[in-house]
Amino acid sequence: MGSIGMRWVWLIIGIGATTASLAAEYVPLPGGSFASVLAADNKSAPAQIKPFHLRTEPVTNAEFLAFVTAHPQWARDRVATVFADKQYLSQWASADALGPDALPRQPVIRVSWFAAQAFCESEQARLPTWYEWEYAAAADTHRADARSDPAWRNRVLDWYGRPSGTALPLVGGEADVHGVRDLNGLVWEWVDDFNALLVSGDGREQDGADKVRFCGAGAANMQQKENYATLMRVAMLSALKASDTTNNMGFRCARPE
Amino acid sequence: MKRLLMLWLCLLAAGPLLAATPLPGDSIYQLGAKLTDQDGHSWPLSARRGRVQLVTMFYTSCTMVCPMTVDTMKATRKAVEEPARDKLDLLAVSFDPARDNVAALHQYAQKRQLDAPHWTLARAEPQDVRALSALLGLQYRQLPDGDFNHSSELILLDPDGRIIARTTIIGRLDPAFVDAVRKALASG
Repeated sequence: MGSIGMRWVWLIIGIGATTASLAAEYVPLPGGSFASVLAADNKSAPAQIKPFHLRTEPVTNAEFLAFVTAHPQWARDRVATVFADKQYLSQWASADALGPDALPRQPVIRVSWFAAQAFCESEQARLPTWYEWEYAAAADTHRADARSDPAWRNRVLDWYGRPSGTALPLVGGEADVHGVRDLNGLVWEWVDDFNALLVSGDGREQDGADKVRFCGAGAANMQQKENYATLMRVAMLSALKASDTTNNMGFRCARPE
Repeated sequence: MKRLLMLWLCLLAAGPLLAATPLPGDSIYQLGAKLTDQDGHSWPLSARRGRVQLVTMFYTSCTMVCPMTVDTMKATRKAVEEPARDKLDLLAVSFDPARDNVAALHQYAQKRQLDAPHWTLARAEPQDVRALSALLGLQYRQLPDGDFNHSSELILLDPDGRIIARTTIIGRLDPAFVDAVRKALASG
């Protein structure tokens, strides 16, 4: 009797441990007033960010495979073309297996905005907004906002300069002051309002004939010209369509408090 | 009699089959969004399937480009000859679900004389508004004062919800776009 009882205890502990290791970790971030590269009013107003929870790590190949297995409409051979382009998850060996070119702990890449959003919904979450992401990514190991430190800027820029042909590192970089990892230095990340930044890489909006397309003040006015690592990210996100997938675009999720 | 019965059985079997023809993968009706119109009726986005749609996004308190966008939609419809014109649906979805409730949409439709059945003004939940704008390739962001920056375009959908033409010309007719509408109605 005793041994059977013990076996149940171990089984329950085992199930608990497995669940805990599978469930993604989210940590609270306080938010507040934040000087974004995109002024809230297109002039100089800071962004007002409500407290939220952020996933500590980008979504990995293993996690995305589990999602696709549970939601086969997001498998690369089943997904509607309106939601993802032809390159979607093409680094995987097949629609339902990672293979040698996609390690389980590497961040998932070649995912569309729609697929990322659907994954986050499966975790009762959503993609972070641009302001949430930019605010979180401003932190380093001991400061919530390290952006005025040239060393911070150089670190981010050094990463941009890394050759794109090299294999992606695994997730699990050093945790920042909030306990979040890999915001800078691993992959680019989708944000919920990627199509709200109103800055396009090809400069269409600067064309006088097209100004009428924008109700109100026109294209967002970029702040902090010296922070061009972040400005590059804005330009990149603005140039994408929601069904696009790229070799370096992954994502993580956020939850409102 | 027997043949008639067979025919009837065939029709009975074919009816649901026709209704269940899978949506093309490049149809925006793949999005499972729910919309609510100016009369308070709610329906899935895919309920628009079956007719050619002229679609835009707007918000009722927008005073600059949006009235011009609505006028351009009216003019585009008017540029199409009768009776083809009656096969065209006009759909404007709000960027501003917080303020554009059913009453606001209803009032706007009355004020601007946007008459049912060919005009539909609709709202959706915020996450569906973002997804729909992403599907349509439109951009928007809300400003602290409640106004929006947004792109203004007219988008033409075929009866299966595929984007077949779009124009950024607002405030006057775009002849190429009107031609695309005519063509879609002739084949739809």
